[in-house]
Amino acid sequence: MTTLQRGALQLFMTLCAAVLLLPLYWMVTTSLKAVGKEWLMPPQWIPNPVVWSNYPDALTALPFNYFFRNTVLIVVLATAGTVLTSTMAGFAFARLRFPARGFLFTLVLATMMLPNVVTLIPTFLLFKQLGWLNTLLPLIVPYWLGGTAFSIFLSRQFFLAVPYELDEAARVDGASNYRIYAAIMLPLSPPLIGALAIFSVLHHWNEFLGPLIYVNRMELRTLALGLRSFQGSFASNYALMMAAATVTVLPVVALFFAAQRFFMRGVLMTGLAGR
Amino acid sequence: MALNSIQARAIARRRGRSLLFREKVDGYVMIAPWLIGLVVLTAGPMLASAALAFTNYDILTPPKFSGTANVERMLGDELFLTSLRNTAYYTFIGVPLHVAVALGAALLLNTKVTGIRFYRTAFYMPSMTPPVANALLWLWIYNPDFGLANIVLSTLHLPTSKWLWDKNTAIPSFILMSLWGLGSQMITFLAGLQNVPPQLHEAASIDGAGALQRFRHVTLPMLSPIVLFNTIIAVIGSFQVFTTAYIATNGGPENATLFYVLYLYRNGFEYFKMGYASALAWVLFLIVLVFTLVQFKLSNRWVYYEGDLRKG
Repeated sequence: MTTLQRGALQLFMTLCAAVLLLPLYWMVTTSLKAVGKEWLMPPQWIPNPVVWSNYPDALTALPFNYFFRNTVLIVVLATAGTVLTSTMAGFAFARLRFPARGFLFTLVLATMMLPNVVTLIPTFLLFKQLGWLNTLLPLIVPYWLGGTAFSIFLSRQFFLAVPYELDEAARVDGASNYRIYAAIMLPLSPPLIGALAIFSVLHHWNEFLGPLIYVNRMELRTLALGLRSFQGSFASNYALMMAAATVTVLPVVALFFAAQRFFMRGVLMTGLAGR
Repeated sequence: MALNSIQARAIARRRGRSLLFREKVDGYVMIAPWLIGLVVLTAGPMLASAALAFTNYDILTPPKFSGTANVERMLGDELFLTSLRNTAYYTFIGVPLHVAVALGAALLLNTKVTGIRFYRTAFYMPSMTPPVANALLWLWIYNPDFGLANIVLSTLHLPTSKWLWDKNTAIPSFILMSLWGLGSQMITFLAGLQNVPPQLHEAASIDGAGALQRFRHVTLPMLSPIVLFNTIIAVIGSFQVFTTAYIATNGGPENATLFYVLYLYRNGFEYFKMGYASALAWVLFLIVLVFTLVQFKLSNRWVYYEGDLRKG
């Protein structure tokens, strides 16, 4: 590459980065404008005055403390279930021989390609029958039943790559399969657990359709749902609305920077699944 | 002595057998949560929705068998056809574009320019925005009078647009919005690019292949399995687009963004036509199934797996 080409490439990428980051900049600056100033033409590229109070105002306009509590509750419990039950199933599919294993794993792969919408209505009717509407259970319990097909698939791939000598040695010493899973495999799995946890956290943080159909009471709503209710009540108050939106973005960004290594590894494990 | 060793072997064999038996039992115990989930939350509901598709069910009164009435209704349902058309438009224009742009971005990020870590983060960042926040943000960006999009366009002296508020530009606006979140696909392509052995490029260069030829004959074949996987997942996701549309336009203007799942949701959870909604769900399932199978079928023409001999 010549210096000129390199310079042109650098310029082009800077331009792309600017275009991609501009919407986020727009969101944050809007959230800091005095209510009404977001409608100024030409726009204020730097808010003047900077109104930090939009944030407490937005968060107290609706019971965001409940929204946070519910979302965190779902995220933590559903993630725990996903990590536990999908690593267990992944371990069994990778390391134990049992009848119909191949066939059952094919079913795991098939459900990965299944559009969730197909099961939406009967599942809703089932949870309704169980009296679980307007509780957080439908958003948590299913993830204690193997997590997602994808998390099982990832776990199996991960465990397949662990050297067999390790569990054979333990088996000779009389360790049970459960012990091998808990005392040998899991301690080797922080990369897997990290990736599964991050995907699960993001999924439940972002999930909208599930909470929309299962939860109606204000104090049971999640952040995603709460943000939607915010839109309903403050339709044209973009300063406050962007403040509320920013609040839901920030934890994700913080998670990304805190766990970048797991994050990237997880994305890689996902993307390369096609190989 | 001899007897003892025979006995010992018999015991070992028995123990071996019981170990094998234990393995079978433990295997099933450990997949049990998933297996229960499969029966109760996947297979059961699928059968149930297949059955419900042939009924009339408003939740309050028990389902009434209605034969093929739902299917017949669908064929004459203008909104069903509209939602199918919108979704097909969004998918078949959006997904290839998405894959191409994500691949292009990955190629850019695979170069050795200064500050590459910053660029990677910047390109990836937008895809982290949660869907609801994303929809609200773009609703504001697309505001015809005060939104960022038209401000940028008029600063550049380009014609402005009504974006989501015009039935002709609404779906392209959604596609543009989804392109903004190309991050996760881009990262998987980037990983694929970094897995291409440099010797292949070197060998091709020695044979006199230019950058474009190397891309066409080395990079692309090596990347093709990832492209296939990403395309299939993207098509499935794209057929089910819901949240952004529900929040940003709720189907408007004039049903221009009435996507399939949005229409299904309305039938099921706003009009309480659970039977009709189940029929819609099954039709979507069959469509997705056909497209997934077709993509797999076509894939042996263009997807190259390492170690394969190229056919044709």
